[in-house]
Amino acid sequence: MFSYCADPSTLTGLTWLSCYLTTGKHMAFYTSFGVVLLLLAITAPTALAFGFGGAAAARSRFLPMQLFGKGYIAIVRGVPDIAFFLFFVIALDQGFEWLRHQVLCPDWDQPIRQGNDFVVCQAAKLPLGNAPQWIHEVYGFLLAMLTFAIVFGAFAANVLFGAMRAVPHAQLETAEAYGMTRRQTFWRILVPQMWVYALPGLSNLWMVLIKATPLLFLLGVEDIVYWARELGATANPRFTQYPHGDWRMWYFLALLIFYLGFTRVSEVLLERLMQKLTHGQATTGGEAQRKAAT
Amino acid sequence: MSCWETIADYGLRSLGIGERLLPRENFTLCQQVTLIGSGLLWNIYFGVLALLSGFFLATAVALGKFSNNRVLRKASEWFIFVFRGSPLFIQFFFAYFAFQSLKSVYPFFDPFTAAWLGALIVLFLNTAAYSGEIFYGALRSIPKGDVEAADAYGFSGWARFRRIVWPTMLRLAWPAYTNEAIFLFHATTLVFFSGFPAWQQRGDALYYASYFADKTFNPFVPYPILAGYFILLTLLIIAIFGLINKRLNRHLPQAAKRGLKFRMNLIR
Repeated sequence: MFSYCADPSTLTGLTWLSCYLTTGKHMAFYTSFGVVLLLLAITAPTALAFGFGGAAAARSRFLPMQLFGKGYIAIVRGVPDIAFFLFFVIALDQGFEWLRHQVLCPDWDQPIRQGNDFVVCQAAKLPLGNAPQWIHEVYGFLLAMLTFAIVFGAFAANVLFGAMRAVPHAQLETAEAYGMTRRQTFWRILVPQMWVYALPGLSNLWMVLIKATPLLFLLGVEDIVYWARELGATANPRFTQYPHGDWRMWYFLALLIFYLGFTRVSEVLLERLMQKLTHGQATTGGEAQRKAAT
Repeated sequence: MSCWETIADYGLRSLGIGERLLPRENFTLCQQVTLIGSGLLWNIYFGVLALLSGFFLATAVALGKFSNNRVLRKASEWFIFVFRGSPLFIQFFFAYFAFQSLKSVYPFFDPFTAAWLGALIVLFLNTAAYSGEIFYGALRSIPKGDVEAADAYGFSGWARFRRIVWPTMLRLAWPAYTNEAIFLFHATTLVFFSGFPAWQQRGDALYYASYFADKTFNPFVPYPILAGYFILLTLLIIAIFGLINKRLNRHLPQAAKRGLKFRMNLIR
C-alpha cells in the first residue's frame, strides 16, 4: 500500500504494522465488514416483510392460513436457530434445484435421490456448472440472506402479532361501526397504530440480528469470522512477507470490540427513535416526558 | 443389525463409550436417532452446569449493579454489557484462542482448550450476564412495602436479603429466567461449531445432525430429529421451571397466582 512497504523484513514497530494492516488480504478482511452490513441492510427489511406476512396470516380467518402463520411463528422458536441455519441452506438449495428440475427436464426418468447423492439434470443446476466464480459466491450469499430472513421473519412475526393484539380493541370496533370492511380496518386502522407497540420488540430483534451475523460463517460465506481465522493463524515466513505467531485471539478481540461498538451505537439510536415516537403518546413513557418538561 | 444393537453401540458414543467408528454408509433412521440423542447428552451437560453455576454469579452481578458502591456497580455494568453486547459465537472463538495462547505459556490451561471446560466457562459467564440483567430488573421492581415491612420487623443485612429480597426477586424474575434457560440450552449447540474441537468425534446433537446431513446430503431427516429432541427438552425445562415457579409463589393468595406465562421471542 505505502511506498516504504516494498521490503517488509527491514521494517519494525509501527511502520511494519501499518504495512501489515494494509495488505491485500487485510483489505478483503475490511470488505467483509461491509458484507456484514450489507447482509443487515438487506435482511432487516426482508425479515420484516416476512414477519408482517406471518403475523397477518396468523390473524387470518381462513383456517389453513391461520395455522400456517401460527406454525411459522411457533416452530422457529422451539428449536435452536443455528439448526435452522444449517438446515435451510441445504434445503433451499435442493428445493430450488428440484423445482427447476421438474420444469426444465420433464422427461428425466431416474430418481433424484440416489443413495447419498442428490442428482438433477445439468440444466437444473444452480448456479449452472459453467457459471463464473462470482455467481457462485453471490448465490451462496443470497441463500444465506434468505435463510436469515426466514428465521428472523418468524421472530418478527411474533413481535408484530403481539403488537397487533396490543392495539386497543375499541379502535377496531369503532372502525367496524363506521362500516369499514375487515380489510379496510386492517390497513387503515390496525397497521398504522401497531408500530409504537412493536418498536421495543423490533429494536430488541435488531440487536439479536446484529449478534447473529457471525453465523454467516457457518453458511459458507467468507465473512469476518472466516478472515479473522485466516489472517490470525500462524504465518510461516516461507509463504508470507509478514510472518507472525498465532494472533487469532487478537483478531477475535477486535471483532468482539466491533460488535460491542455496533451494539452500543444501535442502542443509542434506537433510544432516540423511541423518545421521538413516544412524544405526545398517551402511554407511561409519553407521560414521563410530559412531566419532565414541566 | 437390529435397532437395539445400534442403541447399545452408539447410545453413549458422544461420551466415547461403545463403537468407535461412526457409521459411514447405509445410514438407518435408527442410527440417526440414536447418535443425535447421544449428542444431546452434551447439550444437557453444558446447559445444566452453566445454569446452576451461572445462577449464583448472576445473583452477585445483579446485586452489584444494584449496589450504591460505584466500583461494584460499574464493574457489574461492564460485565453485563460485554457479554450481552457481543455475539456468543465470537465469545467462544475468542475464549478458545485465548486459552490456547495461555496454554503455550502455562501448561495449567491445558484442559481449558477442551470443550467440556472451556466452553462451559464461556456459557457460565454468558448466562450469568443475561440472568444478572433479568435479576437486576426484578430487584428494581420489588414492592417498596415488602422491604419497609422487613425493616419494621427488624430485619437487616443478610437476614433481610435471604428472607425477603431474594425470594421476591426470584419470584418476579422467574418467567424471564425460564426463557433464558431455554435459550441457554439452544445456545449450547454452538459449542462445537466455534473452534472447540469435537475430540474423537464426540460432539453434541447438532454436531451429529450436521454430520449426517453432510454424509447423506439430505437435511430432511437429521434436522427434524434434532428439532424433535429440542422441543422435548424445551417442554421438560418448562415443566421443571413451572414446578419451581409454583413453589416460589406458594404464599400468594390463590387469585393472584398466575401460571407461568412464558413468551419465547428472542435468541441471543
